[in-house]
Amino acid sequence: MNDAVLTETAASNRQTLRRLLVVALLMFGFGFALVPMYEKICEVTGARNVFLPDDVSTQNTQVDFSRKVSIEFDANVQRLEWTFKPVEPYLDVHPGEMTQVVYEIRNTLDRPVTGQAVPSYGPREAAQYFKKIECFCFQQQTLGPGEVRRLPVVFVVDPALPKSVNTITLSYTFFEVAGTRKNPG
Amino acid sequence: MSAVIDNHGHAHDDHHADHGHPPGLMRWVSTTNHKDIGSMYLWFSFIMFLMGGVMALTIRAELWQPGMQIVQPEFFNQMTTYHGLIMVFGAIMPAFVGFANWQIPMMIGAPDMAFPRMNNWSFWLLPVAAILLVSSLAVGGAGVGWTMYAPLTTQAGPGMDLLIFAVHILGMSSIMGSINIVTTILNMRAPGMTLMKMPMFVWTWLITAYLLIAVMPVLAGAVTMTLTDRHFGTSFFNAAGGGDPVLYQHIFWFFGHPEVYIIAIPAFGVVSQVIPAFSRKPLFGYASMVYATSSIAILSFMVWAHHMYTTGMPVAGQLYFMYATMLIAVPTGVKVFNWVATMWRGSLTFETPMLFALGFLFLFTLGGFTGLVLAMTPVDVPLHDTYYVVAHFHYVMVAGALFSALSGVYFWLPKWTGNMYDETLGKWHFWLSMVFFNITFFVQHFLGLAGMPRRIPDYNLQFTAFNQISSIGAFGFGLTQLLFLYVVLKCIRSGEKAPDKPWDGADTLEWTHLPTPAPYHTFENPPTVK
Ligand code: HEM
Ligand SMILES: [Cu+2]
Repeated sequence: MNDAVLTETAASNRQTLRRLLVVALLMFGFGFALVPMYEKICEVTGARNVFLPDDVSTQNTQVDFSRKVSIEFDANVQRLEWTFKPVEPYLDVHPGEMTQVVYEIRNTLDRPVTGQAVPSYGPREAAQYFKKIECFCFQQQTLGPGEVRRLPVVFVVDPALPKSVNTITLSYTFFEVAGTRKNPG
Repeated sequence: MSAVIDNHGHAHDDHHADHGHPPGLMRWVSTTNHKDIGSMYLWFSFIMFLMGGVMALTIRAELWQPGMQIVQPEFFNQMTTYHGLIMVFGAIMPAFVGFANWQIPMMIGAPDMAFPRMNNWSFWLLPVAAILLVSSLAVGGAGVGWTMYAPLTTQAGPGMDLLIFAVHILGMSSIMGSINIVTTILNMRAPGMTLMKMPMFVWTWLITAYLLIAVMPVLAGAVTMTLTDRHFGTSFFNAAGGGDPVLYQHIFWFFGHPEVYIIAIPAFGVVSQVIPAFSRKPLFGYASMVYATSSIAILSFMVWAHHMYTTGMPVAGQLYFMYATMLIAVPTGVKVFNWVATMWRGSLTFETPMLFALGFLFLFTLGGFTGLVLAMTPVDVPLHDTYYVVAHFHYVMVAGALFSALSGVYFWLPKWTGNMYDETLGKWHFWLSMVFFNITFFVQHFLGLAGMPRRIPDYNLQFTAFNQISSIGAFGFGLTQLLFLYVVLKCIRSGEKAPDKPWDGADTLEWTHLPTPAPYHTFENPPTVK
């Protein structure tokens, strides 16, 4: 192989090298170009709008922010030596908003007592719109002598609540559960 | 040695001052000879293969029975991660680059690779990357899976940074190697060696090198984004900053699916040399082979999201990726047909290279079929990330690519070393590999169908029996590969002298125009190809 051929090959080799290097660099750039392309494709096809910040989901669309309802909490005991009271006496909520409140009960006797709370609503028509997700009234509560317990209620007011209702009273009454008292002797 | 070179017209001395190579280690550090570099690639690959193998056996030992036995879950996950990375980037890819270095110049009648010095660099980057990779285990490792999905990687410990740098260096090495290969093939062919006269192995490497140049930079980009998310406050994948972890999967698999063909296509090339040689017939449908391989390469860019059916893609996307993926089976089918047609009415003999090529043909096709099963979206949803996928890709990567590489080693070993290997031991190696491979991986199909997830160190009691079968197979397979090491060493040390052309049906330039062993410098004066 003579030297002229060799230098010619070397020159065309270098040219191929340069071209291929450019391709490699372009492909490195292409990797990054995939980022906006991906966002665009998702946006156009509506597959997933990566531009909308995630607070779309924290903005709960089921909450009616246009109005507020006052909830008053009431607590009674019936022939039972317990003190029973809500921690907060009332609260303003939006319909559709999930809310938690706390009641406190104390057994003032020196023996264990089992009680059950029964809820009622005012006005009566509000009852079907008041959805309790978690409530101490779902179970019987047994308190030891002098025991204090804080019990949560989690609820949602249905946005379908008639416009005329702007205050709801949630009232609980605790009864002693019959037949649970252990007679000593 | 110089006597041989003189035969080829030794007119210019300035071009190979490397004749009297420096003594000892420096010869290997400074060599620019394609054969030296090819050998180094192959030995490096074998060392990595053993290392990745030990990790695999750690996994299989832990999975011998349910419950945690010998390793911690974090370490188990690191083992699956490093096993995958080391086998893909350290064992399989460098093995085929080793073949490319040895064979491409000899098969096209070129004196060496186009850029010998860059070739030296491409190789020596590999040990550096390997050391980085393994040392990342020492700083806590990163059990993130070989696919390195965000957001796990953006939250992993410092081992992840070393892993990312290792991937960068591996990518650089591959890109430099590929540029060298493309340039050599395009510019340095002997007169008369038109593109459509090139041996199939050379064609497959031309296509593979283009694939590598196109997708390795994309992988480099993906891990760079991970790195900047980790340390420089960007939010490519970080959802808290407006990024999207699913984006990582898209970028990764844009690299990842072509990558599986980067592994498979050179394997096709080796088999396309071996099967005609032992059938004593030319390759059936040479032109259709070239076109089929090219179309596989092009299609491989359009199917990446078949790895992502469960990420919540729109149905239209699922349908598109499903049909596009199944389309790849068509050119693959053309290739399998051509290999079988090459054997049709050939005068077949079954020496070790042919046995491994046939093992490849059977088991790779089986792996292709399970690929088709996984390509069907509704079927993939329950199978995704189960042992069924593990079985699928080990059929295509171990029984496919690795068997093809072993076939190539047995095929060219006489030309490289001048000695014959021990045929009896070679056959033992094949049959033991074949049996243990299937014991290990066939049962994993059933495990996957029954719902055993991958990358989990513990499992439900009912999976025990199949896992124990698989573990027994794995240890058998691992030990068998030590036999391979013995066969190769025995061949180099004390093998019988090999003739110039030990295989009747071999017809490429290294067999027809060169003595055995191939001299240090070959084709300084190009042969003329009719
Ligand atoms: C007809 C050809 C093929 C088809 C249709 C096919 C299809 C698939 C599909 C659909 C998956 C995803 C499964 C899942 O994760 O649920 C997959 C995974 C995989 N395939 Fe293939 N494949 C084919 C050939 C190959 C070849 C030739 C290789 C490599 C040599 C390969 C290597 C892999 C690997 C490594 C994975 C798993 C990646 C991971 O998640 O870690 N496949 N294949
Ligand atoms: Cu794929």
